[in-house]
Amino acid sequence: MPSIWSFPRITRRAGKVWQRNLDVFFKTWKVNFFPPFIEALLYLTAIGLGIGTYVGAIDGVPYIDYIAPAVLAISVMNSAFFECTYGSYVRMYYQKSFDAIIATPLSIEDVIAGELLWGATRSVISVTIMLPVLAVFGVISLPFSLLAMPLAFLGGLTFAGLAMCFTAITPSIETLNYPSFLLITPMMLFSGTFFPLSILPAILQYVALAIFPLTHLVALMRMATLPSAGALLPLNIAWIVVATIIFCIISINLMRRRLIV
Amino acid sequence: MPNIIEADDLTKTYNEIVAVSHIRFSVKKGEIFGFLGPNGAGKTTTMRMIECVSPRTSGALRVFDMDPDINPAGIKQRIGVVPQETNLDPDFTCAGNLLTYARYFDIPPAEAERRVENLLAFVALTEKRNTAIDKLSGGMKRRLILARALINNPDLLILDEPTIGLDPQARHLIWDRLKLLRAQGNTIVLTTHYLDEAARLCDRLVIMDHGTFLVEGTPADLVRDHVGNEIIEMDNTPEVTACLAELGVPYESLGDQVQVATDVSRELAKTLLDRCTASRVSTRPATLEDVFLKLTGRTLRE
Repeated sequence: MPSIWSFPRITRRAGKVWQRNLDVFFKTWKVNFFPPFIEALLYLTAIGLGIGTYVGAIDGVPYIDYIAPAVLAISVMNSAFFECTYGSYVRMYYQKSFDAIIATPLSIEDVIAGELLWGATRSVISVTIMLPVLAVFGVISLPFSLLAMPLAFLGGLTFAGLAMCFTAITPSIETLNYPSFLLITPMMLFSGTFFPLSILPAILQYVALAIFPLTHLVALMRMATLPSAGALLPLNIAWIVVATIIFCIISINLMRRRLIV
Repeated sequence: MPNIIEADDLTKTYNEIVAVSHIRFSVKKGEIFGFLGPNGAGKTTTMRMIECVSPRTSGALRVFDMDPDINPAGIKQRIGVVPQETNLDPDFTCAGNLLTYARYFDIPPAEAERRVENLLAFVALTEKRNTAIDKLSGGMKRRLILARALINNPDLLILDEPTIGLDPQARHLIWDRLKLLRAQGNTIVLTTHYLDEAARLCDRLVIMDHGTFLVEGTPADLVRDHVGNEIIEMDNTPEVTACLAELGVPYESLGDQVQVATDVSRELAKTLLDRCTASRVSTRPATLEDVFLKLTGRTLRE
């Protein structure tokens, strides 16, 4: 039995699982396209315009411009994380889709890799729907903000990998609520999303930088949409890339351990 | 030409529990080979090892002269699987399920379309082409799974309880299709609890229990060798059993009846009628079920 660190053998057949999920997505595209659109609209009006009236500006940036990249980053996180927790769990456990697929030339590694790629793709789709809304509000600068799309793929893969680790070890669908409430919600609030990390106690700043993927993704998104390169750019990119590789490798190995007996 | 499946000393353990223990068998091209046995006998585990979805613990296994540990994709490209559990994709229609599955086998779209139409007709589901999976009856789902297993024109078809929970009409349709497939030269391996199904379909079969084979042979040989040609049944009364004991005829008590296995039922039935005060003496041909119960006992399994 390979260890959880061994590099999984993935073939191009993973793309067929990705294609399967894309087909299902487009069958129900009407319900799938609206949430990111509405989400962007709600965040910008309620927090950007509403709360922004009292905040004014942060570091010389109008508040609504300050949170716009956070809205994108949070959407990247939620799209990939929920796709690869609840979505993948339903396909694995209730629909037995993975069992059906591994009876064909695809391996379990191919299946999980396809699911991870699909999770990242969901993030790209969300950001692609949100960008025009943000552009209409005039809170992002073009064309630099188009970098949000490749960033969404990279960040989406990070959260897909993290999510799949939880899916691989969860005893039931209910226990997936723990990472959702204990990790995703705090991350959404304390990752330099709606206020700068610098106003937090030093210890919390270190925690956010050390263990929250969203901290790094928000920082990178903000650099793209303002645009303005931050001092931590190399750290942010390195952290995300390394975490993505680790999460994806571990999640595939944990899934094989769960499903191949 | 080597056999389609060759297994020698094949063993599978799950956390110290032995599911399959040192079994040896081979499946020849063009035959229907059956695995029979009570729940927990190790049938499904054996199927899963052949299907390359569960790695063996020890022993040798070759499918199409390839090793499942080394070339699973090469083997899986050539087999069709009907699993015990219905795992159709509820996000697609009947045709959508087959088309999506065809893609996993790298079948080009135009060719896939053609095969889907043929297969839907083969399992009598053409009218349900665009129906969602949850609108299908149990029998329709099993037929669709059979069609799905055939999408890659498999050289080996593996069926785990193919007709479980089906009505007689649906079972007969599936049996007809399997016989048709064998007539076309396909090799089929199946597991079943239904002994009439095994007797009807299998060229050769094994009866398994506790992870090992009890017997192997053709259905007719197994019945003749292990039970005899016919079974005489009588009411289970003290007079009858005392009489049988006195005559020295071996018998088995089963609830309210006594069974005697024999090759000379006419003569024996006449003797019993004359000598024992039996209120009812009936004879019937021995079946695979008699062999099965004789070998695996009557204790209820989990």
